[in-house]
Amino acid sequence: MDRTGDTPVIARGAARSYGDASFGPGLTLDMRRLDHVTAFDAASGVMTCEAGVLLSDVIRLWTPRGWFPPVTPGTKFVTIGGMIASDVHGKNHHLAGSFGDHVISFRLALGDGSVATCSRTENVDLFEATCGGMGLTGVILEATFRMIPVRSARIMQETQRAPNLAAAMDLFEAGSERTYSVAWIDCLATGAELGRSAVIFGDHASPDDFDSDARSAPFSRRTPNKRRIPLDFPGFALNRASVSAFNKLYYKRQAPGRRLVDLEPYFYPLDAIQDWNRIYGQRGFVQYQCVLPLATSRDGLAALLTEIARAGDPSFLAVLKRLGRESFGLLSFPLEGYTLALDFPATDRTFGLLDRLDDITLEAGGRLYLTKDARMRRAMLEASYPRLDRFRAVREQYGFTTRFRSALSDRLGL
Amino acid sequence: MVTNQSVLILGARSDIGRAIAHTFAGHGRPIVLAARRAADLNVDVADISARYQVAASAIEFDVIDGGATRFFDSLPELPDVVVMVAGLLGDQAVNEVDQDAAMRVMATNYTGPACYLLEVARRMEARGSGAIVGISSVAGDRGRRSNFVYGSAKAGFTAFLSGLRNRLAAQNIQVVTIKPGFVATRMTAGMKLPPALTAAPQEVADATWRAVTKGSDVVYVRSVWRLIMWIIRSIPERLFKRLSL
Ligand SMILES: Cc1cc2nc3c(=O)[nH]c(=O)nc-3n(C[C@H](O)[C@H](O)[C@H](O)COP(=O)(O)OP(=O)(O)OC[C@H]3O[C@@H](n4cnc5c(N)ncnc54)[C@H](O)[C@@H]3O)c2cc1C
Ligand SMILES: NC(=O)c1ccc[n+]([C@@H]2O[C@H](COP(=O)([O-])OP(=O)(O)OC[C@H]3O[C@@H](n4cnc5c(N)ncnc54)[C@H](OP(=O)(O)O)[C@@H]3O)[C@@H](O)[C@H]2O)c1
Repeated sequence: MDRTGDTPVIARGAARSYGDASFGPGLTLDMRRLDHVTAFDAASGVMTCEAGVLLSDVIRLWTPRGWFPPVTPGTKFVTIGGMIASDVHGKNHHLAGSFGDHVISFRLALGDGSVATCSRTENVDLFEATCGGMGLTGVILEATFRMIPVRSARIMQETQRAPNLAAAMDLFEAGSERTYSVAWIDCLATGAELGRSAVIFGDHASPDDFDSDARSAPFSRRTPNKRRIPLDFPGFALNRASVSAFNKLYYKRQAPGRRLVDLEPYFYPLDAIQDWNRIYGQRGFVQYQCVLPLATSRDGLAALLTEIARAGDPSFLAVLKRLGRESFGLLSFPLEGYTLALDFPATDRTFGLLDRLDDITLEAGGRLYLTKDARMRRAMLEASYPRLDRFRAVREQYGFTTRFRSALSDRLGL
Repeated sequence: MVTNQSVLILGARSDIGRAIAHTFAGHGRPIVLAARRAADLNVDVADISARYQVAASAIEFDVIDGGATRFFDSLPELPDVVVMVAGLLGDQAVNEVDQDAAMRVMATNYTGPACYLLEVARRMEARGSGAIVGISSVAGDRGRRSNFVYGSAKAGFTAFLSGLRNRLAAQNIQVVTIKPGFVATRMTAGMKLPPALTAAPQEVADATWRAVTKGSDVVYVRSVWRLIMWIIRSIPERLFKRLSL
């Protein structure tokens, strides 16, 4: 690292963020070589590892031993450092909080040659700024976090159909004790059917849930069945049309009822398509993810979905999720309420639509997820992240404003 | 193969060596990592034992120190599988004018590894079991102007492994020659390599695992290299000497 601080740097993990967070005007630090597991305590489930360790490795090696990450995003090809820097949330946010809630401590390189250990009792300001801080408060070198015990490598999934948005939200509220929940909204539906969706609950299965012949090997993985993979398109056929086809198929496959499913297709449906994320880079897709506070969610979501339906392209499918309470991270995204995530092609028309979605989000007191953003305006950020000033103050205090910069921080003045 | 067979990786800091260590540890094999500045490998030792729940340790090793006997005497036990990964590409232009540099490339790729493996072979023969793997190179299949100091040393190493295999065939000791082709590692960082011909370190490791479990002799990691080198070897010398390869 350049100790004079002349050249700004930004860390990059597995580059699974959608926007401009992991590159910038200066050097990019590829963290993937820092990928050693330091220690694991099988009594408590506490793991210490370097920041470049991939979540996919943790899952592959620890699930058979009865441990699972406390929080997982919708792809397993992310690094532990990236999970902290985005303070990622999963389908269990309403109960488990975000990843930062399970981090005990980490070692942070401050860019002047010094390394600080940060936790809830030590360098608290840096701990709070770094969880969700998008790499702008130093480079996470190593982290210690708690895993959760699981009794099998399967999920007991339960799918319910919701005829409209209100019904979907009622299902979420009634299912608040379920470990995982998510809804796939069919954006084809309008009017009285606006928000028609499949709400999918899940709990870690116990061997008792298995057929008697499978009970003795609760962690065995079934050999991947080709038809379980949502799409069999060859790589070259993966374009915009096939992504929306994927979405539709995925939605249609969600037949109501209970069934046992393997962890991987449950949590990571998109990972089954090799390098699917390249489609987004090359063909120009944008993700849009907002969260609305609980009080304004019902009206706000209806307004968002109406606006999307009005825009005309019926191929999109939106993912809806109930989030729990706000995290301690100064720039963490989650807020008690509902989050909506959408894929859009990056056309001029789309950007007009996204501006209108911004207005609805802002009016509802919501905000956008930085790790998925590439276009938000500074005013929107400033109006929606109330602890932004404290974040900026930490950046000033430690001399981070010149040392750690990304295209994201330059664009938004972070 | 018995599952507790221990594996010694000579040159364990290399990207290829690391991948091989992880792959064998993933199959439950205890691992000994050998490299220069072995103390730095403590993070790798912790990593391997945390990930795979196998015994792991690190030991100091310099392939050109002429100390093979001392080295193996200091090991608590003779490993079941020994993988020679150490090697040095060097700079061909420098090697042509700097004899010390050229000698270092020759020693690191041929005489050093050969001396260590002779010592291993002697001990395995006495025990009556074992497997020896050498990471050689397609560069040894024919000397070319672009890297013939390295290539000739690998050619020597390949011939050595071939003879050793012949020598030990009747003793129940397996000798494997791995020819990786291009591999994206620290050694080739910054070079422009054709993607279709360039393997990831993990592919070399997978090929090594398969070779040891299946009892293979000579392995081209990506089979296209077998064809390419067959063509290169078939070009008549009169023509070959004018080519720029
Ligand atoms: C298919 C898909 C599904 C997803 N689903 C979800 C989801 O359900 N929930 C969710 O929360 N997110 C989700 N994401 C987003 C993803 O989890 C985050 O963007 C995550 O941060 C990516 O991690 P990464 O290692 O790829 O980091 P990168 O994309 O490389 O970097 C992301 C940010 O982390 C910083 N960073 C990385 N490593 C370090 C380090 N060592 N020290 C300091 N800063 C660092 C970077 O500077 C950058 O600001 C999804 C992404 C994809 C592609
Ligand atoms: N990359 C390719 O394209 C390619 C192709 C064909 C064959 N190979 C062979 O694959 C093997 C591994 O190479 P790599 O690509 O993984 O590159 P690498 O990372 O540069 O590995 C070379 C290793 O050799 C070790 N070494 C050098 N001199 C040594 C000495 N005197 N004593 C002990 N160890 C020594 C180095 O140890 P230190 O860590 O101490 O420096 C290093 O770990 C080499 O034999 C190479 O020739 C590579």
